[in-house]
Amino acid sequence: MNIDWIHFTPWMSLGGGILLGIASALFVLLNGRILGISGILGGLLAPRTGDIGWRLAFLLGMGAAPLVFAAVMPPEFMPVVRIDASEPVIALAGVLVGVGTRYGSGCTSGHGVCGLSRLSPRSLVATLCFMAAGFAIVYLLRHAF
Amino acid sequence: MQHRVTEFFVGLVFGLGLILSGMTDPGKVLGFLDLAGLWDPSLALVMGGAIAVGVFAFALAKKRGLSFFGVDLRLPTQERITQRLVVGSLLFGAGWGLAGFCPGPAWVSMAAGQNKATLFVVFMLIGMAIFEVAERRAQAAQAV
Repeated sequence: MNIDWIHFTPWMSLGGGILLGIASALFVLLNGRILGISGILGGLLAPRTGDIGWRLAFLLGMGAAPLVFAAVMPPEFMPVVRIDASEPVIALAGVLVGVGTRYGSGCTSGHGVCGLSRLSPRSLVATLCFMAAGFAIVYLLRHAF
Repeated sequence: MQHRVTEFFVGLVFGLGLILSGMTDPGKVLGFLDLAGLWDPSLALVMGGAIAVGVFAFALAKKRGLSFFGVDLRLPTQERITQRLVVGSLLFGAGWGLAGFCPGPAWVSMAAGQNKATLFVVFMLIGMAIFEVAERRAQAAQAV
């Protein structure tokens, strides 16, 4: 295995991960909920009374992050964004992620962070499945042909 | 109102974490998923850092049973490993590997004005809507 030392960002990734953990901790300890993005978004598509405000507040807060990040952090911390996939591939990926996260009841945040943190066997299975599928697809796209 | 402010703030912290960690860069995500190429292990540290904090929070939350705002915990009760869980997660992983976006980072990148992220979010919502429609049809068919 060859490590990509140029792109490896141990401290920023660890620091960012700790922030994700703090947000998940605050959400369950204050609001009593699992911080799972696919569930928060998906719940807006079948809205029930009194169940919309908290989702919108959370999503607006997330949406404010790029502005706040640019305002408080030195510019060299702003990560470069590389989106190589073509538009049709992105559209297909979007549909797969939308359908898959709803059928699987969660994504990287709900299963990967919160589920593993609460030692849920279901979330462990889900995380192993989406990781394995991600590894497999990238292998197929980059090395198989 | 107290709740809405908290939710906004927690969303902000989560979004900042996604940006700082590198998760909003699909190139970095794919670098992690590319085990056979030049492998970028950063995302393992993202998960490790998040879980290291989360594990204590969830243990405390379960012990208390109530949130500090006095509301009941709304944690999943389903425990069975179902076919839906496995197939859904495999589909999600395939989409994740195709573009390098999962739901949270895509949402943040859309807010940052990335057109491809917006396209991804639109089609992700279409996928979620397909799920809702299919679920309602299945429920209606069962009710008959």
